[in-house]
Amino acid sequence: MALLEIQNVTRRFGEFTAVDGVSIDIQAGEFFTLLGPSGCGKTTLLRMIAGFDLPDGGRIVLNGMDLAERPPEERPVRTVFQSYALFPHMTVEGNIAFPLQMAKTPGTAIPGKVQEALEDVRLTGFGKRYPHELSGGQKQRVAIGRALVTHPTVLLLDEPLAALDAKLREEMQIELINLQKEVGITFVYVTHDQTEALALSHRIAVMNKGRVEQIDEPSRLYSFPASRFVADFIGTCNLLEGAIASSSDGIVAVEVAGLGTVRVAAALPAAPPAGTIALRPEKIRVQAAAAASAAADRPDNHFLGTVTEYLYLGDVTVYIVTTPAGRKLETLLANSGAGRTKFFEVGDAVEVSWPVDAGHFIGQPDRSVSST
Amino acid sequence: MRRRPIGLWAAALAGYAFLYVPLLIVIVYSFNDSRLNAEWVGFTFGWYDKLFHNQDMLLAAGNSLLIGLTASAVATLLGTMAGLAMYRYRPRLLSILVLAPIAIPEILMGVSLLIFFVLLNLTLGLVSVALAHIAFCIGFVAIVVRSRLAGMDESLTEAARDCGASPLNAFRYVTLPLIMPGVIAGALMAFTLSIDDFVITFFTAGAGTVTLPLQIYSMIKIAVTPEVNAVSTLLMLLTLALIIVASKLSPSLLGTDEENA
Amino acid sequence: MQARARLGRWLVSGPPVLYLLVFFAAPALIMVLASFRTPGDFGGLAPLVEDGRLDLNLDSYARFFTESVYAQIFVKSVWYALLTTLFCLLLAYPLAALIARSAKKHRDLLLLLVILPFWSNFLIRIYAWMIILGPNAALAKTVNGALGWLGHEPVPLLFSSFAVLVCLVYVHLPFMVLPLYANLEKHDRALLDAAQDLGAGAWQRFWRITFPLSLPGVYAGAALVFIPALGIFAIPDILGGPEDSLIGNVIKQQFLETRDWPFGSVLSIVLTVAALVLAGTAAWIGRGSLGTPSSAEVARA
Repeated sequence: MALLEIQNVTRRFGEFTAVDGVSIDIQAGEFFTLLGPSGCGKTTLLRMIAGFDLPDGGRIVLNGMDLAERPPEERPVRTVFQSYALFPHMTVEGNIAFPLQMAKTPGTAIPGKVQEALEDVRLTGFGKRYPHELSGGQKQRVAIGRALVTHPTVLLLDEPLAALDAKLREEMQIELINLQKEVGITFVYVTHDQTEALALSHRIAVMNKGRVEQIDEPSRLYSFPASRFVADFIGTCNLLEGAIASSSDGIVAVEVAGLGTVRVAAALPAAPPAGTIALRPEKIRVQAAAAASAAADRPDNHFLGTVTEYLYLGDVTVYIVTTPAGRKLETLLANSGAGRTKFFEVGDAVEVSWPVDAGHFIGQPDRSVSST
Repeated sequence: MRRRPIGLWAAALAGYAFLYVPLLIVIVYSFNDSRLNAEWVGFTFGWYDKLFHNQDMLLAAGNSLLIGLTASAVATLLGTMAGLAMYRYRPRLLSILVLAPIAIPEILMGVSLLIFFVLLNLTLGLVSVALAHIAFCIGFVAIVVRSRLAGMDESLTEAARDCGASPLNAFRYVTLPLIMPGVIAGALMAFTLSIDDFVITFFTAGAGTVTLPLQIYSMIKIAVTPEVNAVSTLLMLLTLALIIVASKLSPSLLGTDEENA
Repeated sequence: MQARARLGRWLVSGPPVLYLLVFFAAPALIMVLASFRTPGDFGGLAPLVEDGRLDLNLDSYARFFTESVYAQIFVKSVWYALLTTLFCLLLAYPLAALIARSAKKHRDLLLLLVILPFWSNFLIRIYAWMIILGPNAALAKTVNGALGWLGHEPVPLLFSSFAVLVCLVYVHLPFMVLPLYANLEKHDRALLDAAQDLGAGAWQRFWRITFPLSLPGVYAGAALVFIPALGIFAIPDILGGPEDSLIGNVIKQQFLETRDWPFGSVLSIVLTVAALVLAGTAAWIGRGSLGTPSSAEVARA
């Protein structure tokens, strides 16, 4: 049985449905992330787990126990708020001791536990300071320390790194991963930043407009998106859409406008009328047109085009290749060549190519063949 | 900043002068060695001396203090509850009841309470005045507390609940300490309003009870002496001190928070 | 969990509501009832039930509508309140504008200075004008000296409608300044710059841009001045002459001297209705106009 079961939960605000029949099973010890754009319902769902909101339909079950009758203070769930919500009139020690006092921990035991918590978040010695004397990253850690000090069953984190600058954010991400491993508590993390989600999580639930699009491990989400939304939201993706020309022997051929016939490896029980192929930029081989046609290992899908734009990003360069029929494809090449030259210039004639297993077939406009 | 328009400055300065010169005259003449508040004769503390030996005045001051302390204590308690309720739940009935006494002319409350107390056979005196003062002070305290709550970070209360605090404990350990400056400011304001009140007290005090403003009123009507100036000056200084302390505790007192249409 | 929340809500809002129902709403209703009753033999109210019958009548209302002197006094009170509001507006505007334009760090102090006189005792403020306008004081002597030089009779400044008006304005001025300031403070300076850029002079900029935008603040301030001013009695009582009785004075007289409580109640109800109508109008106007947040806040409160 899963540790935390969200069973068909719905939440409406007047006409607007924030969470629409969401079902998720979260296992003990997981770093689970709710990922989606703002307004997709992830924060509302988190608040319902914490107890600050009640579902209109469905149940939330923790360790086999329905949480509905329990107010926030009676749930073994702790939250790290986006704004940290540190009590300004208490010291760091006061903040961390507060949950222990509320749990009626004997007074003699409290200082010891507080020190332990401070060590866990690497803030030993900061006990006597007040929140306004701390930096953003330090406040972050106090908030986490306060949430963990009573060893809750689940820790909820509501976009905790959103207010930090990029460098600090990266550091904190690594710390969070290590902390979670050390402490072993189940984390439920909310973010709109897909790179962050990919880096931190064991599993991710991608949400859109109140519904769950796909729940999977990061690498599977990336390589096998279940819908156009997921394909587009996670990383960048070329979405090649068109009518199905044929489907046999595990190969599906799609007629893509402006490109031609694109073949993708997919075993379909029955051939739908149309579909989309999700193709990641880095999977496309780009070669000078002349050289490509002579290559021995030329992949099945190959098309001619011209480099029309590029974006130099330091470690990689994005090249936009446009076919004669006007179709644009985004490709990505690492700048690993000797010296500092780019591979191609605007106007170069190139051939883009990829094997049939480079793309991923998404059957209906919004549903996929295989999902977890 | 931009060019200073002289006209605006002059008009504004005239406005401030208009506000303060009358009060300054009262203060200055309290030290004037003359019965008439007309021309300056000489400096004296005589009127203050007479004041402190004036039995009626001392009694009135004592009454005002007693009523003020009682009324402000009760009004602060009820007003804080009202402010909290108005912020959290936005109830219609409570908001109207709390704010109406501030919006309508004072005389209406005075006469309606007079009828009310007489019909209840309640002897008019200290108690009736205190009850009346509480009624109109609740609104002021509620507004100050509500605006203090509005300035507070909402997620702090949620964090307290999240940490295992019941709603009562969350209020006691987190909300209350944070709004305390506002509560104290409200209390000081209620005290000042009570000490200074004339109209409502006039109708609800009955024949035998005198508060400081009522005493000043009869002195003005019957026999004006600079003793009035002296007591006015002292009262002004007291009020000034209280309000400055209150505004330090709750800067919103200076804004439009205490007024409404 | 829902039930607990509802209980909490009643515990918190209950006591204040109860107190105010008893000591504010009930007296108001009783006063309405009193307006239909008969005056008692020795003043006050006659018993409600006389010989087993309910003694209610419209006599007092009839008196108000037939004896024109009362309606006249009421009209006079409205007139005085209007004048007070107008003069307060004229005096308050420059003050509010100056504070709104000042550097942020000065504003608190400037506002405090405007409010402090309000916190001094009401009677003291009236008394101060008794001194200033007194026959032996400098002002009266100067004015009457000048009049005498022009060949006029000396004019008493005190115990006159002039004294009443000056004091009315004096006492209510802070109430006009605050809402005006709250409104003016939110004005976008860029609008005036744009107007100037388009060729508008100083007066034009004020009249066509600043003033219209400040109307919500003007209405709020007007309501805060007009309504209390309507019910004032202490100022005419102390500073006014026999001709300067306002509706507040008549009400006081009815309740404490003549002791015709039903009639006094009728007068009070007329005053209340006028005040409520005006407050409602001010709130409606303030909410309706595309005002600044301050006006919406004021209207909502």
